[in-house]
Formats: sequence, C-alpha cells, structure tokens
Amino acid sequence: MLGLNSRDFKLFVIVCIMALAAPIILNPFPTGSALGQSFNAGYPALLQRFVIFGILAIGFNILFGLTGYLSFGHAAFLGIGSYSAVWMFKLLSYNVLPAILLSVIMAGIFSVVIGYISLRRSGIYFSILTLAFAQMSYQLAYSVLTPLTNGETGLQVYNGDPQVLMSAGDPTIPHLFGITMNGQSQLDIAGWSFTFQNGYYLAAIFLIASFYLSIRIFRSPMGLMLRAIKSNQTRMSYVGLNTKPYMLAAFVISGMYAGLAGGLLAAMDPLTGAERMFWTASGEIVVMSILGGVGTLIGPVLGAGLIKYLENIVSKINDNVLHGWFSFMPDWMDNLFVTIIHPFIGKGWHLTLGLLFMAVVIFLPGGLVQGGQKIMGKFSRNKTSDAKDGADTPAE
Amino acid sequence: MDAFILQILNGLDKGSAYALIALGLTLIFGTLGVVNFAHGALFMIGAFVAVTVQKLFQFSYIEIDETKKDFLGNPLKVEMPYLDHWFGTSVGEWMQDWSVPLSILAVIPFMFALGYILERGLIKHFYKRPHADQILVTFGLAIVIGELVKAFYGANPIQTPPPSAFLGTIDVGVMLGFDPNAIAYPTWRMVYFAFSVVIIASVFAFLRFTTFGMVVRAGMADRETVGLLGIDIDKRFTFMFGLAAAVAGMAGVMYAPILSPHYNIGMDFLVLSFVVVVVGGMGSLPGAVLAGFMLGILQSFASMNEVKAVFPGIDQIIIYLVAIIILLTRPRGLMGRKGVMEE
Repeated sequence: MLGLNSRDFKLFVIVCIMALAAPIILNPFPTGSALGQSFNAGYPALLQRFVIFGILAIGFNILFGLTGYLSFGHAAFLGIGSYSAVWMFKLLSYNVLPAILLSVIMAGIFSVVIGYISLRRSGIYFSILTLAFAQMSYQLAYSVLTPLTNGETGLQVYNGDPQVLMSAGDPTIPHLFGITMNGQSQLDIAGWSFTFQNGYYLAAIFLIASFYLSIRIFRSPMGLMLRAIKSNQTRMSYVGLNTKPYMLAAFVISGMYAGLAGGLLAAMDPLTGAERMFWTASGEIVVMSILGGVGTLIGPVLGAGLIKYLENIVSKINDNVLHGWFSFMPDWMDNLFVTIIHPFIGKGWHLTLGLLFMAVVIFLPGGLVQGGQKIMGKFSRNKTSDAKDGADTPAE
Repeated sequence: MDAFILQILNGLDKGSAYALIALGLTLIFGTLGVVNFAHGALFMIGAFVAVTVQKLFQFSYIEIDETKKDFLGNPLKVEMPYLDHWFGTSVGEWMQDWSVPLSILAVIPFMFALGYILERGLIKHFYKRPHADQILVTFGLAIVIGELVKAFYGANPIQTPPPSAFLGTIDVGVMLGFDPNAIAYPTWRMVYFAFSVVIIASVFAFLRFTTFGMVVRAGMADRETVGLLGIDIDKRFTFMFGLAAAVAGMAGVMYAPILSPHYNIGMDFLVLSFVVVVVGGMGSLPGAVLAGFMLGILQSFASMNEVKAVFPGIDQIIIYLVAIIILLTRPRGLMGRKGVMEE
C-alpha cells in the first residue's frame, strides 16, 4: 500500500491514528480528577510540541540515524525556519502557507551552504563544525543581525508592518485561508473533555507527511546508500562512488525538516528568539533521537514525545504534590522521600533528563525501541529471528 | 602600540583558561581515545571548590563580645569564624583572605579522585563504543553535574574575590617604558597567566622527564606494544585522566575570581575549548596550548572598537570563524598528527 511493504504500512497507519486521535488517546483520565490534572497530555499546547519536535527528530534521524554523522548544530535550522516564517507574517499576511514554505526553503538554502562546508570533514570534526556554525548564527542573531532578528526582544509582528496581502476581514493571528490556528472545538463526554485544535491538526498532517517521506527515504536506494556510507565510507569511495552528493542530500533534507518544524513553531505562536538556535537546543534534538532509538523509523518520534511529555509532567510536580502522593506513609518517611526526590522535580527537570539520557546511552544504545524489542523478545523466545531483524539498525 | 600590548594581555587570561582545559581534553583524548564532553563540567566543579572553601572558611558561631556595646548598651553579639577561634584572628583572617589560592590544596586531591572514579566507573566502559556514544554519555554527565551544582548552589553567580593583595592593577606600561596608566592590567589576571604557565610547564615536564611520563607517551603512540611489554598501561592512563581532571579543577579554582562561578560556565568554556582542541590538532598537546593562547588573544583583538567598526559583530564569532577556516585548510589542525581520529 502506498508503496510501502506491509510492516511499514502497519507502522504508518499506527502513526496516523496516533497523530489524528492524540487529543483523545492522551486524555485517559477524566479532566477534573487529580490524575487528569497531573498526567493528561491531550491539550493543544503540549500536543503541538509533540508533533513539531517529532518532525524535528524525524529529520535529524535521516542524517544521524542513516549516515552516523552527529550534527550538534541542528537547532540553527530550526531558528532560521522560525525567523523566515515570522518575516512572512510581517511582509505578506498571517497566512501560514507562504510562511512554512519560505521557512523550508530558507533552511534548505542554509543547509546547502553549511552542509557543503561541514561535510568535508567527518566524525568529531563534523560535530564541531556544525556546532561552530550554529553558535555563529546564534551570536550573530543576537548582535549584528538585530535589524533582521530584533535581537533579544525576539522577532514578532507589529502594527506598522506592511502585510501587503492582508485584506480587511482577515484574522490577525496565524491562519490557513481563514482557518485560525488557535481555533478549536471541544467535545464533552461524561467527565472527559477533548479539545481539537486546528493548529494541532495542521502540524499533525505535516508530521504524517514527514513520517511517510522518511519511510520512503529509509527504504529507497538512497537510504541504502547512506547506510552503506555509515558502515564504511572508505570502502564506498574505493568502489568508485562519490559519497558527497548523497551526504549533502541527507544533510539538506534533514535541515529542511528542521526548517519545517521551525516554521510550524512560528505558526503556532508568531514570536521567535535567538535562543532557539542555542547549542543546548541542538543538544535537546540529539537527546530526543537517542532516547527514542536512533536509526529506527518510529524511535525519534517516540523520543520527542516522551521528552516533551516528561518535561511537562515533571516540571509541574512540586513538594505539595509529592506530599499528597506519600500521604499514606508515616510522616518521617513521607518527608524523607520528598527530600530525596525534591532535586529531581520542578526546576530540577534537567537533572532527571540528564540521568535518564545517561542511562539510555549506557544500557540501551538503541533507545526505547531497542528496549521494547528486548521485552518483546523475552515474551516470545521462539521468535528470536524477529528481534535480530530489528537489531541491525542500532545507534552509532 | 600600547593598545596593541593591552589587547595581547587581555587575551592572555582567557587564553590561559582555554589552554588549560584544552590541555586536559587532549591528554584524555591522546591517552584514552575518549572525547570528553564533561571536561567543562570538571572546570566548573573546580570553580565551585573555591566557592565551597570560601564558605567553609567563613563558617562562624555567635559570640558575645564584652568589649563592644550595641546602641542599647548591651554586649554586642559578633560572628566569630571558627578559623579565628582556632588559629587566632590574624591567621584566621589571612586564611579567609587567601581562600582561593588555598583551595588549590583541596582541589588537587578532590579532582584527582573524582577523575579516577569517573574513569573507572563510567568512561572505562566506553572505550570500545563509537566516538558518538562517548560524546553522548559525557554530554549527559555534563548536564547531570551542572544540574547537581545548580541544585546545591543555586543558579546565580557567586562572588569569590581574590586575596586583597592581588585586588589592584599592575601598571605594565611603566615597566615597558610607556606612560603611566597606559596599560593597567588586573593583578589577579597576571597571577592566573603565571599560574597556568607553571601548570602547563609542569605537565610537559612530567611527561618529558619522568619514567612514568615516558611510558605514557609510549602508550599514546602505540598502546598495544606497551601492553605487550608487560606494562599495565590502563592503570597509567587512568592516572592521566585523574591528572587531566586535576588540571581542569585548578584552572577552575583560579578562574573563580575572574568570572563569578555559576552552574553554566563549564558548558560555555567547553564549547570553546573543543574548538581550541580541534584548531590545535586533535591529540597534540603543544597544539592545544598554542591554539588556546592564540584564540584567546585573537578574541581580545576582535573586540577592539577599531576592528568592530570594520567587521561588525566579529568579536562574537571570531573563534568559530577561525575554527572553520583552519579545519577546511588544515584538516588536522595546527599541529595535529597523522592518523588521529581519521578512521
């Protein structure tokens, strides 16, 4: 179906259902209940981040997962995408279509230039070069390029902006031919209330398209070529193949994915700042892909979702919530547990993230997907060939 | 001319910090073959050792001083640092004043032990894994260390003043025959530069003139042969990891008065130090030191107003720009050896 083999098609359908039904699936607890307050994730602001960072991670995976080139500067393209989109809002109108188009194109142009230079080196040198380019973009956006980026204030749309395509009746927030991004409809069933937001669905459609494209790339001759480069680039050169165009193509595709994610971020909230390009942002992309399982199709999406979900949940928990959870214990035990857990919650979210990340890199180099396969393998011993089949795409 | 010399001097202290961190990074890379993204965190821990020692020295109890009266005529309660109580006021105050240099005594064993534990407990398991995995796990470690420090010390920079004897500036201009006050340079930065030169020289001397150092150099060149000769090279490499950690720690302690420590300085310095290592040439110790000073000085020249008028914003990006140019024209860096990181 759709040019996919049956296994990939099943995966694709699952992703489609997940993406389209996420506002329902991710709201398992009644809205008013304590569990619902803490653990429900089915509200638009968070769902948007799931899919947008999912797109980002899928793109990063095409570069790192297939070719093994670890880019530490991918956030630069995210930032470029966001800036381009906001500029489209300022110059043309609040319609998101030209904004997203331009953000993909601009990210593509920049990734051709950066990729052409960075790909002349490999290994750690490549990582440092991409990092250097991203840091340069960040520093320039803050200093010299202030007319373009509005410096520390962040780029946003002002009343005086031209917006030449804007007609009188158009909404003054991002919209797609009149459908506003933050428009939403609500469905109340018993204690549950589900919110379906236009912006989320736009992003989800882009996610599905990106995911489909990424499956096709993984299964194409080019995907095979990229994997061959990962396993032994020297040999590829010896057999007379010029690996450069393939690498550059992978880099540019992956940069354009990041640009798309940046454009979508701006479409959801027409404001952007240089901190989106800071190297910690690049680090976060790497963490997402590794956590989910780099080199696998679904892994990066899972990783992005998990990190954004945990970030949201863990940051929300505070000492009072913990006391509530441990209230069944004697007081001294309750206090002891709260004292121990305190550094890991709320503002300490990054500590939890760091530990989780280290644990995954140390014990599960293949990420969550590998973990899932291991567990599945335990349950079905006779199907070991299946587990081995999945193990040929480990992280590197 | 005096402006020229001033910029060179201005670049020296930052350059020294880059050189010390890059030296440690290169030591670890050259011996163990591990790309250590947590090295900046070790530098940061060093700076926080200075903070801790300063806090410990100021630990005090409340004492009632009969000789002084407050405005109601009651005996005044004064804070009496334990150090003053134990060693007498003059020694106690001297120790508090000199808390930063004295922290070096604490930081060397502490960082060495920490490096040793890190290598045995974590890094050891990553020799056989790809470089990307090493980068990732040490990157995670750096996040964890940074956040732990943040949890204990808060996110705000903490002032750690140098000894009062080093508070002022040195008039370097007079020494070189310029007008007085033409080149005034903070004394502590001069101390930092001298200190880093001593550390760098002793690391080089240690590698060059001791048997231990000779074995380590042999191991860097050909690990297997040294192992076949019946030398337990792993043990010595672990020692070198501890040494590199101690160097980063010392660099951090002495840098605390220049830049008030906060939990993120490690990362700020790490990114630049990696660039320094790559510019100097992966695995080359002299290259790391040379590139460290060179980039520090270049950065200070780029922040001159005359330069900024011609190339706006150049001071922000000069290091990255140089790195990109060097990597493209001299792939192995300034002094890189053949066959390092080229698999």
